[in-house]
Amino acid sequence: MDSEATNGRVLECSGLRKSYGDLSAVDDVGFYIELGECYGLLGPNGAGKTTTISMVCGLLKRDAGEVTVAGKPLDISSTDAKGAIGYVPQEVAIYPDLTARENLSFFGRLYGMGGKDLASRTDEVLEVTGLADRASDRTDKYSGGMKRRLNIGIALLHRPRLLVLDEPTVGVDPQSRNAILASVEHLSEEGMAVLYTTHYMEEAERLCDRVGIIDEGQIRAEGTRRELVALLGQKDNVTLTGTGDLTAAVRAIEALDEVERATTRENEIHLIVAGASSRLPDILASAASAGASITGVDVVEPDLEAVFLRLTGKALRD
Amino acid sequence: MRAAVRIAIKDLKRSIRDRSAIALTVVAPLALAFILSSVLGNADESSFSVDYAVADLDGGHIARTFVDETLGGMEEEGFADISEVDSAERAERMIDDDDIGAAFVIPEGFSDAVEGGRATEILVLKSPDARISAEIARSIARGFANELNAVSLSIATVMSGTDGEPPPEDLQQAAQSTTPPARVAEDVAGSREFDTKTFFAAGMAVFFLFFTAQFGAVSLLTERKEGTLARLLAAPLSTRSIIGGKALYGYVLGAGSMAILIIASTLLMDASWGDPAGVALLVAVGVFAAMGIQSVVTTLAKTDEQASGYGSIVGVTLGLLGGTFFPLSQAPGLLQNLSYATPHAWLMRGFGDLSGGAGTIADTLPSLGALLAIGVVTAGAALLRSRNLVVR
Repeated sequence: MDSEATNGRVLECSGLRKSYGDLSAVDDVGFYIELGECYGLLGPNGAGKTTTISMVCGLLKRDAGEVTVAGKPLDISSTDAKGAIGYVPQEVAIYPDLTARENLSFFGRLYGMGGKDLASRTDEVLEVTGLADRASDRTDKYSGGMKRRLNIGIALLHRPRLLVLDEPTVGVDPQSRNAILASVEHLSEEGMAVLYTTHYMEEAERLCDRVGIIDEGQIRAEGTRRELVALLGQKDNVTLTGTGDLTAAVRAIEALDEVERATTRENEIHLIVAGASSRLPDILASAASAGASITGVDVVEPDLEAVFLRLTGKALRD
Repeated sequence: MRAAVRIAIKDLKRSIRDRSAIALTVVAPLALAFILSSVLGNADESSFSVDYAVADLDGGHIARTFVDETLGGMEEEGFADISEVDSAERAERMIDDDDIGAAFVIPEGFSDAVEGGRATEILVLKSPDARISAEIARSIARGFANELNAVSLSIATVMSGTDGEPPPEDLQQAAQSTTPPARVAEDVAGSREFDTKTFFAAGMAVFFLFFTAQFGAVSLLTERKEGTLARLLAAPLSTRSIIGGKALYGYVLGAGSMAILIIASTLLMDASWGDPAGVALLVAVGVFAAMGIQSVVTTLAKTDEQASGYGSIVGVTLGLLGGTFFPLSQAPGLLQNLSYATPHAWLMRGFGDLSGGAGTIADTLPSLGALLAIGVVTAGAALLRSRNLVVR
């Protein structure tokens, strides 16, 4: 009985290290992904995301660490574990002088597919990616979005247990980006384990069941969105817009419990409040009694961007 | 192995669709071979031929010596087409009709005059439109006259050293000791001698082979640039399969382009490659050596453009040094010795040994051995370095 059967984990990795000379690109990274789970590696460019998944997929020799996929140990020369992975590179990686069908057929055969199974699965993937009517065209005639879809389609062809996507939406137009995100959501719902790297906080929040926040080659924190936000103490950012004596209103609001900080600027009052939704009536009443007339309220719950900022001291897009 | 074959088939399919690859592997060498052999082919003995007429109005034995031995010998060797006519007028008409480039007229009494030590001449009629043919005709006639003069002088010397009539055997010895009348003859072709068409066909095929042989190794770097190498590495196949697939692709492409060039130059240019089995063996080993060298060069590069640049420099330098553009026999001695450090020279030597159908596989053994050694050393070095090219 393999380890996946016992613990439901499609991917397990631990102690991954990779250095280039004195530069440590990945330092003691480890995580796991369960069946049907989408795990996100969230971090800025150069954080070590691509190096990590390159080691996970066996593209890169690791200096240390272990990787197990579908219960089988993975290294550069192992073929069993690699057969369970569908890898979507960051850049479009297809042969431009072959047709979509030829690209799919070539990679399908490398994964041991053939005959009717390959033919029918190729048709399925072409249908799913919306390329069926252009299947016999050379891919250098395709639009950027079509190439992106084929790039993902190739990874799905052999029905992998684990789908690894390396920042698949970088440089993609909004329409294609949305289509890619919807596809990943759908695949995850169907039970596929997904490892998704991104530096877009909103993608990680939308897709990922759990997120590992990675910076300078190390995972700084890991968990569900709620768990990560909890690291901030679950405080919300509230912005009140209004007229009247806003300075007096700030003093009055600051006196309330759960209000961590209150400041005013121009016609706005900015607050950091724990549990804003339940405290809002008291806040508005205090402002009114202090002579302020509040005309607008905006509550922003903490997001992964704020978590990242708190953990690393820098923004995701730095 | 199956994965390697699939990778090779995929790359061959891509090459066939790439017009520039076809141009480099087949069209360019064939076109260059054709152009070079057309332009420089006139220097080739076997392809040069002149048309002459001879009017022997004398019929004596010295006149017949000129017609049968000197001119007949040229015709026998394929350098001239000689028409014997019965009058000088007939020869002139043939010149006017551009049927011949020149004519020899041997006057009546020529042989007697020579034997009697009297002045006589061979008249050369020349076409103003065929200057080279006419000059050659004049040289032939002058050469024959000089030889006659030498014979006469020897006999005169013998006679002046004796009292009275010299013994007949002395006269015969004097005549035999002189050089016989000039006879234009082809230098007997030994091994490693090509005719012009085959030389340029072989030269261009070998020269361009070293560009084709790089395709396999360079395509690894191209796959890295296109991102598809990552996909290959992520697939369930070993790095040996990837490298093997690339090697197989390069080998089939190199051997295939050589085969096409050999067949095409035989059919279109009348090139004479010789024993097919020997040629096939040379191609097999030559492609291996070419791939070995170019693969080592590729492992020194970081990008496919850089690799192509390095490969071109190596291909052109070794090609020139290895005698693919000019016969090594025309090169200075030092260059000739240096050339055997190149696989080009060994390959050309091997093809030369077989060219014209004179040689056998046994004649090519030195070339085969040298090429195999070059291939084993360089391919081994490339293999050791190639893993770094694939996995980092």
